[in-house]
Amino acid sequence: MSSVEERVKKIVVEQLGVKEDEVTMEASFVDDLGADSLDTVELVMALEEEFKTEIPDEEAEKITTVQQAVNYVNASSE
Amino acid sequence: MTKRRVVVTGLGMVSPVGNTVAESWDNILAGKSGAAPISHFDTTGFSVTFSAPVKDLNLGDYLSPKDARKMDPFIHYGMVAGIQALADSGLEVTEENAPRIGVAIGSGIGGLPGIEKGTQAYLEGGPRKVSPFYVPSNIINMISGHLSIRYGLQGPNIALVTACTTGTHSIGEAGRIIEYGDADVMVAGGAEMATSPTGVAGFASAKALSTRNDAPERASRPWDVDRDGFVLGDGAGVMVLEEYEHAKARGATIYAELIGYGMSGDAYHMTAPSEDGSGAARCMENALRNAAINVDQVNYINAHGTSTPAGDIAETQAIKRVLGDHARKVAISSTKSMVGHLLGAAGGVEAIFSVLSLRDQVAPPTINLDNPDPACDLDYVPHTAREMPLEVALSNSFGFGGTNGTLIFKRP
Repeated sequence: MSSVEERVKKIVVEQLGVKEDEVTMEASFVDDLGADSLDTVELVMALEEEFKTEIPDEEAEKITTVQQAVNYVNASSE
Repeated sequence: MTKRRVVVTGLGMVSPVGNTVAESWDNILAGKSGAAPISHFDTTGFSVTFSAPVKDLNLGDYLSPKDARKMDPFIHYGMVAGIQALADSGLEVTEENAPRIGVAIGSGIGGLPGIEKGTQAYLEGGPRKVSPFYVPSNIINMISGHLSIRYGLQGPNIALVTACTTGTHSIGEAGRIIEYGDADVMVAGGAEMATSPTGVAGFASAKALSTRNDAPERASRPWDVDRDGFVLGDGAGVMVLEEYEHAKARGATIYAELIGYGMSGDAYHMTAPSEDGSGAARCMENALRNAAINVDQVNYINAHGTSTPAGDIAETQAIKRVLGDHARKVAISSTKSMVGHLLGAAGGVEAIFSVLSLRDQVAPPTINLDNPDPACDLDYVPHTAREMPLEVALSNSFGFGGTNGTLIFKRP
């Protein structure tokens, strides 16, 4: 099975329509990957679906980079 | 105040018989049907198992995957037709002219497939599973919105919704906007993709559709004795309308002049036309008065002609009432015999076919008209296209709710 990092990056590529090599760990969804406010909401929904988890809105607002998404998934599955 | 003149300077189309204007028009003149069995969902249990779909459209030629994902199919089709029409017009959008260019592309129904998916997500997973794009990817004015964003078109931005008359009203009203001086250019037309499970089921329940499941290509047969309803079609037809002096100054190709536009309401029934065709007749009369021409100047009518038992008779009676003796001399055809009924897009694609008939001096055929209904006794150009001198073409649309629209185009 793919690592959390690979699965998060795959979702980001699909949701934001960006190239794989653009999706670095430090990349910001809004500033670097061209997401708007609606994109980020849908991105979080896709992460919830992939990792079978529920991300509360106040937590979701803190997830602004690929690294933060990976960290959140890792922390919530511990 | 003298009326500002409005001309057609760009055309774009996605239809069941082609993904461009040229391909669609070639197939229309060749009398080809675009109807086919439904393959995009399971039709088990459906009384109607075919439609007239768009085929093999390469969306990637027009839209990025990221943008396309946020648009229901009717928006895809409207965008493709709009992009084609603007490219065809050769119009360059500049900082100066952008506020004078607007968009009026409507739809009869809008994002039905997306509404179904969003509803299913809600029923299965609750409110948190409803996408933030559920609303903006399905609402009807989003073709006008997206097209304006893509090209920076800052003029009037609207989307009319009048069922099967949407495309005709959109073009007519866009023409008025130019006439009145609110814009110099309007990108106008209609788009539709309502052949989702509930869309097909709903029209089938209303007994509006042909059930000729064993021969889809023979199903749309306007004015024929064996007609049994219309065939749902998908697609979009969009034209660039432009103020005459504006078009002339930039050396644009002028396809035709929009000389007349008329409307009326049946005030009769939710889905049935007024039996004597009086609503349709008033609509055509209003358009002729607006065009300031005599009835004997009309050479071709692209009829609404949906292939329903009641509608085809009503329209025939309306044409006789308005044109009198000239009704027997005018060439009338229903291109719906080939593309089916594109609902809100019908007026868009049919206005384009009307304009092209003037350009090429040819009346498109009505296919499948093997045995004309005795109550339908006019010249419907059966089976094969007819080359003939054409100066003025009239296009009719009539919609659920009793909403009627007529456009009149003249050869430049």
